[in-house]
Amino acid sequence: MTALSLDAVSSTAELGRLRGQVRDFIAAERNSGHFTPAVNSWQTGWDPEFSRRLGARGWLGMTFPERYRRSAPDGALARFAVTEELLAAGAPVAAHWVADRQSGPAILRFGTDEQKAAFLPGIARGDLFFAIGMSEPDSGSDLASVRTRALPVAGGWRLNGTKVWSSGAHLAHWMIVLARTSPLRRDDRHAGLTQFLVDLTTPGIEVRPIRLLNGEHHFNEVVFTDAFVPDTRVLGEVGDGWHQVTGELALERSGPERILSSYPLLAAFLLHAQRTSSSTVDFYAIGTLLARLWTLLAMSSSVAAQLDAGRSPDVEAAVVKDLGTRFEGLVIDTVRQLAHIEPDPTNTETLINMLAEAVIHLPSFTLRGGTNEILRGIIAKHMGVR
Amino acid sequence: MNTDATRDLLDVVHAACDDLSSPEAVARTPAGDWNAELWKTLQDIGITLLPVAENFGGAGGDLPTAAAVLRAIGSHAAAVPAAETALLAGWLLSICGTDIPSGPLTAALAPPDMVLSRTGRGWELDGVLRRVPWARHCSVVAVVVQHEMVDHLVLVDPAATVVETGVNLAGEPRDTLHLTSVPISPDRARRLPEHGEVEAGFRRRAALGRALLMSGAADRAVDLSTRYAGQREQFGRPLAKFQAIQQHIAHMAGEALALHVATDAATVALAEGSNPGMAIAAAKTTAGHAASTIAALAHQVHGAIGFTSEHDLHLTTTRLWAWRDEDGNEHEWASQLGEQALRTPPDQLWAQLLRP
Repeated sequence: MTALSLDAVSSTAELGRLRGQVRDFIAAERNSGHFTPAVNSWQTGWDPEFSRRLGARGWLGMTFPERYRRSAPDGALARFAVTEELLAAGAPVAAHWVADRQSGPAILRFGTDEQKAAFLPGIARGDLFFAIGMSEPDSGSDLASVRTRALPVAGGWRLNGTKVWSSGAHLAHWMIVLARTSPLRRDDRHAGLTQFLVDLTTPGIEVRPIRLLNGEHHFNEVVFTDAFVPDTRVLGEVGDGWHQVTGELALERSGPERILSSYPLLAAFLLHAQRTSSSTVDFYAIGTLLARLWTLLAMSSSVAAQLDAGRSPDVEAAVVKDLGTRFEGLVIDTVRQLAHIEPDPTNTETLINMLAEAVIHLPSFTLRGGTNEILRGIIAKHMGVR
Repeated sequence: MNTDATRDLLDVVHAACDDLSSPEAVARTPAGDWNAELWKTLQDIGITLLPVAENFGGAGGDLPTAAAVLRAIGSHAAAVPAAETALLAGWLLSICGTDIPSGPLTAALAPPDMVLSRTGRGWELDGVLRRVPWARHCSVVAVVVQHEMVDHLVLVDPAATVVETGVNLAGEPRDTLHLTSVPISPDRARRLPEHGEVEAGFRRRAALGRALLMSGAADRAVDLSTRYAGQREQFGRPLAKFQAIQQHIAHMAGEALALHVATDAATVALAEGSNPGMAIAAAKTTAGHAASTIAALAHQVHGAIGFTSEHDLHLTTTRLWAWRDEDGNEHEWASQLGEQALRTPPDQLWAQLLRP
């Protein structure tokens, strides 16, 4: 059995100062009325101007080399510190989220110098937004089964197929699309996949909304009909798509957004409980949440430290995402039980509408970015039982 | 202590436990007994007083190394008062500036109705100390008791008390000592530093020690379950081929990792003095939660055979169950966390959760 391992990480004075600066920024933004705290804000809070203001402070693209971004503390630990503060505050970070978290790092890792120069500065400025082109109607958990096809033509590729669950594709500028460039081989299902950097203004691309059970629109179906992608926009090597996408998935799974989606609700509830001195407050239930949160934040820092050390803690990230997303649900259920309110999305009171928002979105927390069952399968494989 | 030295030390501790505290040896140990031979070896290695300063007879090691050693002890179900000696008695004696006696030591907080009274130059101690770990095998019980509102450290010889033996679910000694006018010589009672928050410190160290032992036991349970699933066959293939079993093991492994990180981070918090109260409350709560999940799933994976005395699993799961309710269970520590949180402005609480 290969042991899972995460070393406890102590914070530094520099990170403490960074957090202080971000908190000041957030306070100023709130006082200016620039945003209202929301749960799940990294998915639902699309605000290009807010993203640009973060970029101006140097708080996007923090894992990029200096020449592509504004100077600021760098590295995964610094990025996690900034994102933790923003998520805890329920800030509208959705517009830049995918680009900053995974598309930029993917271009950094696999892109040509021309691609890095073309994309990374815009991502770091917070004015270039990406969507994810992975899942398809028939390919969710089984990503290797994607059927979007890229056929070679003069000067590039012709893309045909359909991607789904692309968050923000109706507003984003680019998409990294996983497509098949060679026929599927039964003996090696992962071979023959390629990633493409696709300009969403390209002719032959249609973006259709996917409406959630409450009518909300964040996700999209993106249909490619003979959409042309030039050779200069192949990301990495033709045929190396699977290896590249799994690296991207590790980044997608490892972050604090897998722990903090419902934190704004908890914060709102604690404030409410303190102000009303409610007699139904249950110290044990609240303490149980805090014990788990404290532990998850410690684990998340450890993952970030390993990323900074150049390691790929994929399995540990899967553990954090599995435990973290369950924790997000526990927060919602605990607040629901203790607050004795009826969730109502139209109510102007923060706690009531936030709880409504949280309850409705909860099923997605343990599905998106890899279902918990898949994550546990990854962990089991690492433990040698699969 | 650097990580290479720590790894070497752990190798030595594991080897000693493999040799002298094998599952067979642990299973053979009668309820209430202890492993004197292992204790002597651990003493020779120098880990029994590892985190105690050298000028008090300790090894002057750091807390994280001591923590790793306790985790190893817990994983082997070793019948020795490792946590009590290193983290509690050794600590109390060293903050008093007292030389530390050799041999196994244990410690206790006196209940409110215990009475320490002066008799000429010496003292007398009256009262009952309940469920003191390993007491019957220890040369000294280090007791924190108040005299005229000041905390004192009193060294009690169990032989001078009436020992009412008791055990926990794993058969480890948890003895109740009845003290009736037990004489305490002047050199065996000292004032503890004022404003030292000794009682809170004791509770935290006891909980952390227990959580570290639990972390080791949790790792062991996951390891046993993984091995069993790979070996046991039903329906023509190993249990490991069944998704239900794979998911259980992944669930267990996740909780064990969470406990490992929580106890490591809590150890650092104690060593650095950075909000150890919150850290240890979180760690012991996590330990209880993890223990419940892991013990239950380990028994599920092992099936009926795991529930027998013949199989090793119970050596680990009975410890998880026993230790879960010692030194404060989840309800006690989580309630404390929750109550403290509700007296803290949310912004400040957030900062505390990040372990600055």
